[in-house]
Amino acid sequence: MVGKGVASRLRRETMVKDEQESSNRPDNTAFTQQRLPAWQPMLSAGIVIPGFVLIGLAFIGIGVALFVTSQGIQVLEIDYTGVEQKSPCFRCANSNEKNCVCNLEFSIDRLLKGPVFFYYGLTNYFQNYRRYGVSKDDNQLSGDLDYFQSPSDTCSPYEYDNNVPIVPCGSIANSMFNDTFKLYQTVNGVKKQVPLDGKGIAWWSDYNIKYRNPSVTPLKNAFNGTVKPIFWSKPAYELDPTDSTNNGFINQDFLVWMRRAALPDFRKLYRRITHEDYKEGLPAGNYSLEISYNYPVLSFDGRKKVVFSNVSWMGGKNEFLGIAYLVIGSLCVFMSIVMLIVYAKFKFPEED
Amino acid sequence: MAREGEDAGMAKAPKRKRQKKRKPKENKTRTVHANVLHDCAKGDENPNRHYANNEIKTTKYTVLSFLPKNLFEQFHRFANVYFVFIALLNFVPVVNTFQPELALTPVIFILSVTAIKDLWEDYRRHRSDKEINHMDCLVYSRGEKRYVEKYWKEVRVGDFIRLRCNEILPADVLLLSSSDPDRLCHIETATLDGETNLKQRQVVRSFFDLDCEFDPLKYNSIIECEKPNNDLNRFRGYIIHRSGRRDALYKENLLLRGCTIRNTEEAVGIVIYAGHETKAMLNNNGPRYKRSKLERQMNVDVFWCVIILLVMCLFAAAGHGLWMFQYGDKRPVFDVLSPEGTDLSPIMSAIYLFLTMIIVLQVLIPISLFVSIEIVKICQVYFIHQDMDLYDEETDSHLQCRALNITEDLGQMQYIFSDKTGTLTDNKMVFRRCTVAGVEYSHDANAKRLAMYQEMDSEEEDCMSHGGTLPRRDSVTSHQSARVVLRSHSTKSHRRTGSRAEAKRASILSKHTAFSSPMEKDITPDPQLLDKVNECSSQMDFMRFHSQPMSQLPSDLSDIIDFFIALTVCNTVVVSSPNQPRHKVRMRFELKSPVKTIEDFIKRFTPSRLTSGSNSSSSSSLNRSSNKGCSSLLSSPSAESTLTKLNEETPPGGLEPGFSAAPPCYDGRPSWSPEDGELRYEAESPDEAALVYAARAYKCSLVGRLPDHVTVELPHLGRLSFELLHTLGFDSTRKRMSVVVRHPLTDQITVYTKGADSVIMELIKPLDTGNSKGRRQKKIVCRTQNYLNLYAADGLRTLCIAKKVMSKEEYACWLQRHLEAETAIQGREELLFQSALRLETNLHLLGATGIEDRLQDGVPETIASLRRAGLQIWVLTGDKQETAVNIAYACKLLEPDEEILTLNADSHEACALLLEESLHYIQAKFFCSSGDQSATADFPPFEIYPPASPSSSSSHAAHFLVHRLGLVIDGRTLAYALDKSLEDKFLAVARSCRSVLCCRSTPLQKSMVVKLVRNKLRVMTLAIGDGANDVSMIQVADVGVGISGQEGMQAVMASDFALPRFRYLQKLLLVHGHWCYSRLANMILYFFYKNAMFVALIFWYQFYCGFSGSAMIDQWYLIFFNLMFSAFPQLITGTLDKDVSAETLQQLPHLYVNGQNSEEYKPYMFWMNMIDSFYQSLVCFFIPYFAYADSDVDLFTWGTPITTIALFTILLHLGIETKTWTWINWLSIAFSVALFFSVALLYNASCPTCYSPSNPYWTMQRLLQDPLFYLLCTITPVAALLPRYFYRACQSTLFPNPVQVGRQLDKLPADTRRNILSLGRLKTGSPLSPAPPFLPLAKLSPAKDPRGTPRAPVSQTDEEHGGGGPAAPARSRERLSNVYSSVSTETDTLPYTKDAPPLTDWEAPGQSPPGWTASTPLAARADGVQLSLPPVGAPQCVKYRRSPQEGLVSEHGVHPPAHRTAPAAEQSLYTAL
Repeated sequence: MVGKGVASRLRRETMVKDEQESSNRPDNTAFTQQRLPAWQPMLSAGIVIPGFVLIGLAFIGIGVALFVTSQGIQVLEIDYTGVEQKSPCFRCANSNEKNCVCNLEFSIDRLLKGPVFFYYGLTNYFQNYRRYGVSKDDNQLSGDLDYFQSPSDTCSPYEYDNNVPIVPCGSIANSMFNDTFKLYQTVNGVKKQVPLDGKGIAWWSDYNIKYRNPSVTPLKNAFNGTVKPIFWSKPAYELDPTDSTNNGFINQDFLVWMRRAALPDFRKLYRRITHEDYKEGLPAGNYSLEISYNYPVLSFDGRKKVVFSNVSWMGGKNEFLGIAYLVIGSLCVFMSIVMLIVYAKFKFPEED
Repeated sequence: MAREGEDAGMAKAPKRKRQKKRKPKENKTRTVHANVLHDCAKGDENPNRHYANNEIKTTKYTVLSFLPKNLFEQFHRFANVYFVFIALLNFVPVVNTFQPELALTPVIFILSVTAIKDLWEDYRRHRSDKEINHMDCLVYSRGEKRYVEKYWKEVRVGDFIRLRCNEILPADVLLLSSSDPDRLCHIETATLDGETNLKQRQVVRSFFDLDCEFDPLKYNSIIECEKPNNDLNRFRGYIIHRSGRRDALYKENLLLRGCTIRNTEEAVGIVIYAGHETKAMLNNNGPRYKRSKLERQMNVDVFWCVIILLVMCLFAAAGHGLWMFQYGDKRPVFDVLSPEGTDLSPIMSAIYLFLTMIIVLQVLIPISLFVSIEIVKICQVYFIHQDMDLYDEETDSHLQCRALNITEDLGQMQYIFSDKTGTLTDNKMVFRRCTVAGVEYSHDANAKRLAMYQEMDSEEEDCMSHGGTLPRRDSVTSHQSARVVLRSHSTKSHRRTGSRAEAKRASILSKHTAFSSPMEKDITPDPQLLDKVNECSSQMDFMRFHSQPMSQLPSDLSDIIDFFIALTVCNTVVVSSPNQPRHKVRMRFELKSPVKTIEDFIKRFTPSRLTSGSNSSSSSSLNRSSNKGCSSLLSSPSAESTLTKLNEETPPGGLEPGFSAAPPCYDGRPSWSPEDGELRYEAESPDEAALVYAARAYKCSLVGRLPDHVTVELPHLGRLSFELLHTLGFDSTRKRMSVVVRHPLTDQITVYTKGADSVIMELIKPLDTGNSKGRRQKKIVCRTQNYLNLYAADGLRTLCIAKKVMSKEEYACWLQRHLEAETAIQGREELLFQSALRLETNLHLLGATGIEDRLQDGVPETIASLRRAGLQIWVLTGDKQETAVNIAYACKLLEPDEEILTLNADSHEACALLLEESLHYIQAKFFCSSGDQSATADFPPFEIYPPASPSSSSSHAAHFLVHRLGLVIDGRTLAYALDKSLEDKFLAVARSCRSVLCCRSTPLQKSMVVKLVRNKLRVMTLAIGDGANDVSMIQVADVGVGISGQEGMQAVMASDFALPRFRYLQKLLLVHGHWCYSRLANMILYFFYKNAMFVALIFWYQFYCGFSGSAMIDQWYLIFFNLMFSAFPQLITGTLDKDVSAETLQQLPHLYVNGQNSEEYKPYMFWMNMIDSFYQSLVCFFIPYFAYADSDVDLFTWGTPITTIALFTILLHLGIETKTWTWINWLSIAFSVALFFSVALLYNASCPTCYSPSNPYWTMQRLLQDPLFYLLCTITPVAALLPRYFYRACQSTLFPNPVQVGRQLDKLPADTRRNILSLGRLKTGSPLSPAPPFLPLAKLSPAKDPRGTPRAPVSQTDEEHGGGGPAAPARSRERLSNVYSSVSTETDTLPYTKDAPPLTDWEAPGQSPPGWTASTPLAARADGVQLSLPPVGAPQCVKYRRSPQEGLVSEHGVHPPAHRTAPAAEQSLYTAL
């Protein structure tokens, strides 16, 4: 019977080959007949429960690792805005005094393992504000001299100052953070400056590719016919008086600032502590931070802080991710148990 | 010429042209002069210059107009306007968000995809136009004084064209000359109407007598005719000769563009309409555009998306205003002043921000949704086209989707309206039996033969081996009867090999002849009748020899011969010879056209001629002609031998061979000689062909038909030529056709009428029962009526044959008025109709025929399975009630254990009463009994339904309170029932019935029924039909399906889908419909989810950026995410995903209910999806948020992981929703991910300064080195999808819906599955598959009962029988109200119950849980209930009788006075039974 069927089908097929007239006959392929071999994942107990358990266990494992790693990171965070009266920077924050300096004393009770990263932090500061974000001229910042004389419209209203082009133009550059810090360790009553490493705090790609100074020497000449941003005290080519290669658009602090923070509470890398003496980290003891307080934040209810932190392979201190993994992992396991109970109750008697 | 068909959508172009052309001449007619006369005065003076030339241009665009025109058309779609508006908004500096050019890309992309598609289609049209325009034809040139080759496009109105055999007509041409001796021209109109038979066209009368060849230079007449119109069957005008004589022009004179000249060597005509003004082109309408239910639903949700978008934007704007406001005058350093250096007020910023947010969040309205849906639908159509199972080998045709955008509607049908003839049946009419002069000839051998075909067919399904079937069939053939051998050789070979493929080959061979399968052609004559025919004809021959008047023949014998002559003559069948080109079969006779003038009549019917005439004139004419015609026939060498062989085979019961010694040419068998091939009959309807073939079996064969006479070959008498005086064609009002002929033997003017028995019986001459003859006649009529009823009960199509002999005076009198009617200008049709009525009176009944219209293969199974799929099937047919009912039983539409409500009423009031009564009846019967049953609550204990299921099925139940009840209604009653005042009641009755059968319904009624059901019940309707009479119904329904059968293409042209056979409907609906629906529904839902989820990410971010419209997702990702990164997998899933395999879908038809109830896409699902998408986006936003909180992360280094996570989540979500994973799915997902990363890497590495303002240089590269990135990408999608996955897992294992049960079934090995399916019916009660069969009906049918035990018969039967009286309804209503009160609390709380439109108050509590509405008592009661009313005022009655199928008549009146005075005939039928 089956053989006959096959034979007849064969006959039919050969006949089709013989006769060209059956042109309307559809192709008999797995694709056109929608018979492609397919995997049908069934959400059955046999797959779901072990799957959940496996995923859950894996996540718990990762979670534990992350949590432990995060616990190992030390962070020292000090607010120096000067809102409170007893704060050492209260005076600077509330007077309009230029070049106000305040000293922030703090102590570390155990070694802050190195390499230590020194951040400044701002809160309630909307670097991600849309119109702020577009206020720059990428061409100008990549050293294109044409844009020195006629900056992009996006920089408006920080485009021209009395019809003289502003370089670097735009709101981001204009609002560059300009507090500077000097860190001293008090060793036996003597203040010993902790050398801060300002190199390599910005992205390598920013420093080498995205931002460039015009190839004019001295750099100052390139800025002829332009003015510095309104809020700046020094022109761009004099940002770092100590290191001539750290000026202009490739100044590391400038680059760090230009990389806009994602969230309104952010920190930015200020320096790294990599000096020989502090290779192991900041030893326990008293420290003094000399802040030249320039940047006003009280007007928008912002806060300024400094952060000393070491980092792990997964970045700075963040317990959240580890906890998240633990929670999700436990959830998976829990769900699998629930399902197991439910199955035991409903499903198994039916299976025959 | 098939190309013409492709030129869809060309209606517009000609319209424009016509308007232009019309201006100069605003006449109502068109005047055509010959161009040859005006050639010298070229240009302006040519009177035909205003008419369109023959160049066709079906393209929509030119090179120049393409862009503006295409854009204009695309902007008709609102979504496109919206997206362009948003893109343009980006050019406004205060609100812009993206690089304006970038913002334009998606819109431009979408527009250009559509534009390219349009362009390609237009190019194809252009190419085919060009090809058509450059075809050659012969046009007369004045200069060269001969016909020269010209391109089609150069043909002008007024040109003379010479056409040769098998050429295609380039324009609408008035036929002026033909090489045919009869001045005929045959055309094939298959490209216009799909009818494959040849049509005859005649030379214009005035050129009829032209002896020499037509000379265009001598032509100097003017033609006045109608303006161009699209009516293929109408052409009116007249030709004015120089002499001032006017001759009328008819459609018979017009050759239509696109037709093919056949059978005619040469014809000459003048072009009347050219190019776009031809009828063929005016008939070409573009493809149909329908909007599917799913799309309507989707549009509602698109609207909701707009609302959500606006709410989000308003929220953000308000937030931004407040944010600005809180700073007051203090200006933070990060604030940016307006370009003028001034501060923006918070309100202004809020307003600007609103616009900005619309741009940012635009993705919520899925720009690519519409394009994606179109693409998916095209793929779906492709797959439906490609399905092998929908391919019919016999006709080499497969399913055609003519409407491209309603594929998913196929999965949501609720009502099917089907035609019967040609749709359920084969439309292969087979002569089955007949009665002549009151004697029935049962044709048993014929019945056996047909039964054998049936067997053969079913056998071939299994195996088609040559050897197996051959010997057996031969043996059957030989024992059958010797006469069958008369079959031609070729036919025999068909039968012998018999297989489908062979049949196909045969059908290809005989492509041009419809209705000529061996089954239809080979009729085994009834021996008794054959003997009588022989006897009769030999007697007539004898009388002719002895010049005795024919009236001496015994009346029963003369009736027999008349009967067959009527079968042969009274039709429009054309004869042709298949193997030779259709050139020379016909012969030239001296007689001319039908009598057209009185003078003609007088001339032709003068006594002198009549007296001299009779035998000699006709025979002499025959002699001459036949000699001419037969010469070729006889030249074949074997003719002689065939002849002798045939003679030998003539049964001995007849006469001496010598008696029939006639000249060989008269003997009349040459037509059967194999070399010559048989004569081929080309009929317009299959009935006609069947009758002609039947007559041929009795050797009364039609040999030739010309406009003026019909040649018939009779045994012993040889060829006789009947002078054809008039043909009154068939129309659906008269339901009959007549021919008026002059009988060559008796020389009487005879009218043969053939028609529906109901009309013919009324036209039978009233008989005075005084004399014996009259009594005999009465007896004959009575007996014939009995037999007719019998035939109908057998499901045969019945036709009555009658005749009338007219005296010359009568005829002259009638002719006078008929000619007046024919020449009338006003209301010609009406007058002709009246004239026909005058002629067809006082008929003499000859007999009746029963033709079997066989069911198509697989119809009962298809209907059964469609019904199990929850589809209500209504059959609307023009057939007789009895025939229809029997066919309905045969195709399992009605079942023996079903009760039948028959509604026949003669007046509006009666109809109202009947409906009322039916309602009471249904109410009494079903509500009380069901109430009782629910009270007894004898459900099997394990039939516990999970909470979800009752709601879903009750929504169904609310709509379809279906009982085990069939409704039969006839056309007249239907007309009353469709009246405004009664339609609600009618619907209330009809929708309670499981099946509805409307008999004797007109095309208009069909469409009215469909419209009524569609509009009132708000259900999805599908109409399926094959003939022109179904067109209106097909057009009204949501989905129209045409059967590309034998009855022309009108139905197919009007349809959305064209099927080769009815049974394919099963797979089309159950499998493809289901797939298309579930795929598209899921894809649309997914689309909404995807966009909402992506957009919500940005919305959450607004809380952290001062509601400033900033986005952490780079503009590129934002714009291309939908268009590229996440587009392909969903398209693949939308095209290929199969929730359940095709086999399971067909084996478990009730899975179809899924689509009917829109289970895949319910309004709440949109919101569920929205909620899920918001949840997922919250997870995808806040996990990175907290992970990066208090870090030095920058905007895009933070945003890019979010984008990546969103992509993974979206793809995984799709993965959860994807049911079948093929390598294409894997590939598409891998491709999407790879595409995203490669685009991101390239984009982040290419140009450090180009992509202002974001400039995410090297971001991705850095991220890829960051372990945190991978950690985030792992946990977030898992966390986001956990709830959905958990829900799905629990739901599908604990409370699987039927579709999921079907999937589980799919996974089982094939044999296990088969076992389960055969056991049946799944374990409906089990927790694993608590699938309640959706149809409440189905649930309670014994077959569905999980235990397989039939329900105990309801004890109430007797009571119900008594319940016909008026007391019963009241009683039952009381009971009902109890039931309702006990149930109402339950019903009220049902969620998602659709409101059934209230129909009548009796049904007020409407919705009812499936448990008891459905409990139709299933006692095997086989009684039918017939509610019929006598014409006037008699008390109503309910008549119960057993269904006729059982053959038991137990008829008893319920109320003593209520005995229905059934027509006597019916009564006697039952007694006869």
